Amino acid sequence: MIRSRNLFIGGLLCMIVLVAAFVSFFWTPYDITTMDIPNKLKTPNAQNWFGTDHFGRDIFSMIMIGARTSLAVAIVAVGIGMGVGVPLGLWAAAKKGGWADEIIMRGNDLVFAFPSLVIAILITAIMGAGAINAIIAIGIFNIPVFARLTRSGALSLWEREFILAARVAGKSKIRISFEHILPNVANLLIVQGTIQFSLGILAEAGLSYVGLGAQPPTPSWGRMLADAQTMVSFAPHLALVPGLAIVFAVLGLNLMGDGLRDMLDPKIRVVRS
Amino acid sequence: MLRYALKRLLSLAISLVVASLVIFAVIEVAPGDPASFMLGINAQPDTVAALRSELGLDVSKAERYLNWIGGMVRGDFGTSYTYRTPVGQMIADRMWVSLPLALYALALSTIIAFPAGIYAAARRGKPGDMAVMGATQLGVAVPNFWFAMMLVLVFAINLRWFSAGGFPGWDEGFWLALKSLTLPAIALALPQSAILARVMRSSLLDILGEDFMRSARAKGLSRRQALWRHGLRNALIPVLTIIGMQFAFLLAGGIIIEQVFFLPGLGRLIFQAISARDLIVVESVVMLLVFAVILVNFIVDLAYAAVDPRLRART
Repeated sequence: MIRSRNLFIGGLLCMIVLVAAFVSFFWTPYDITTMDIPNKLKTPNAQNWFGTDHFGRDIFSMIMIGARTSLAVAIVAVGIGMGVGVPLGLWAAAKKGGWADEIIMRGNDLVFAFPSLVIAILITAIMGAGAINAIIAIGIFNIPVFARLTRSGALSLWEREFILAARVAGKSKIRISFEHILPNVANLLIVQGTIQFSLGILAEAGLSYVGLGAQPPTPSWGRMLADAQTMVSFAPHLALVPGLAIVFAVLGLNLMGDGLRDMLDPKIRVVRS
Repeated sequence: MLRYALKRLLSLAISLVVASLVIFAVIEVAPGDPASFMLGINAQPDTVAALRSELGLDVSKAERYLNWIGGMVRGDFGTSYTYRTPVGQMIADRMWVSLPLALYALALSTIIAFPAGIYAAARRGKPGDMAVMGATQLGVAVPNFWFAMMLVLVFAINLRWFSAGGFPGWDEGFWLALKSLTLPAIALALPQSAILARVMRSSLLDILGEDFMRSARAKGLSRRQALWRHGLRNALIPVLTIIGMQFAFLLAGGIIIEQVFFLPGLGRLIFQAISARDLIVVESVVMLLVFAVILVNFIVDLAYAAVDPRLRART
């Protein structure tokens, strides 16, 4: 029962974030592009559920739009990681032991060796701060994760009879990779995808916090925290709310990932019960 | 073992060369010429040219790369464009903040994670286990810089136990310096300890299912004795790998935490250098961090192989 509870709670949290981000395209409680100085630094109340910031903007509305930024960055970053990493992993497994495998895996080792945060900072600092470059910086580090996972999953599949049967039937390695290997590693990829997604949200928040992620006026949770830093002593809610939003989203994704893993991977389920 | 070590050493060297090439290339595509940046827009062309040659910027890219690498091997990291001081000295000064911070955080993380992980594994499926796992779930979801801000809010602003930031320097007394690193270290350590505790727990649980554990129980050891005598030692191997990786992460992850607490470490150095276009400093700090990560991984690999001979045969 525990596994379905994880999935349920995680899915619920993710759904709330997703809906908040989606609704923010059409409607937010207040317009966040206008200032309302007389109303500044209000603590949470009936009108402004999460209070207002130093410009009198409604924090609840900013959190909603910030969810959009976080999700967009994380989705594209995971997309880059999967889009490049999965084919590389499939290729490496199909040509196991060959030069392609060797180069891909050594390349992966190399990316792993870089402290991801430092390189992300380097990339955004050199190419300019902004959401797009933050996405690229985060996405690059997702590539080896998916390549490695795909390769290890695929390697064991290549030994199986049904793959042998496909080969005997005359299918090319590329076709087998996509038609038979990929569907069988999809579960692994989905679970890892949710984890990388949550790491992406954390990374985006970190980069935005040091001013290298989404730029104003685009609200982002990390930026809101950076803005809050000098005011934390007299307006703690400015720092509290965006931080809790990040925890909320990341926790939701992690729980969902755990739940999915237990549901999709029968082997782990046996060990646990 | 020797063959394995040599093989790993070779791949270490290759990694370093490729990493340095990547870093150099990334820095090269950066827009803006440091010399004209330093002199401002009204500088005479010949002044710029003179400075360029003084900074060693007027030679070919390949030559510049070789000069940079050759210098680093000899321990000469070049001269900072903006401060006109040796980069090696600047890095060494900042290291005295960043390295102790990383070690402090690592120690805290281990101290928290080991008992938590062992406790959870010993009570698998019981409320104690669930509580620990729930706490770690929360721990990995908390961004460390936000946690740092909350620590400042509670312990520096409200309770006034610690200062909200800054670093007095080791000359002002060991305990005072250590105290100013305490909140940053806790902020860095907590999310890491959550990960470490999970690894510790799952590694122990794996071991508990092994045949030799059943034999230990069969020969009459209690559950607890078997866990401490045979389980723990074997479970430590994967845990040590993670600790090695975490050290590298803590060293690099410190750079955002340093921003929160205004600590004069490598992180602040790198941000200052980036905004001042002091690329030689950026290049060298990044290379140093990468070197640290690769070296730690190398040491962990060797230690791993020394403990577990099966690994040597596999690669």
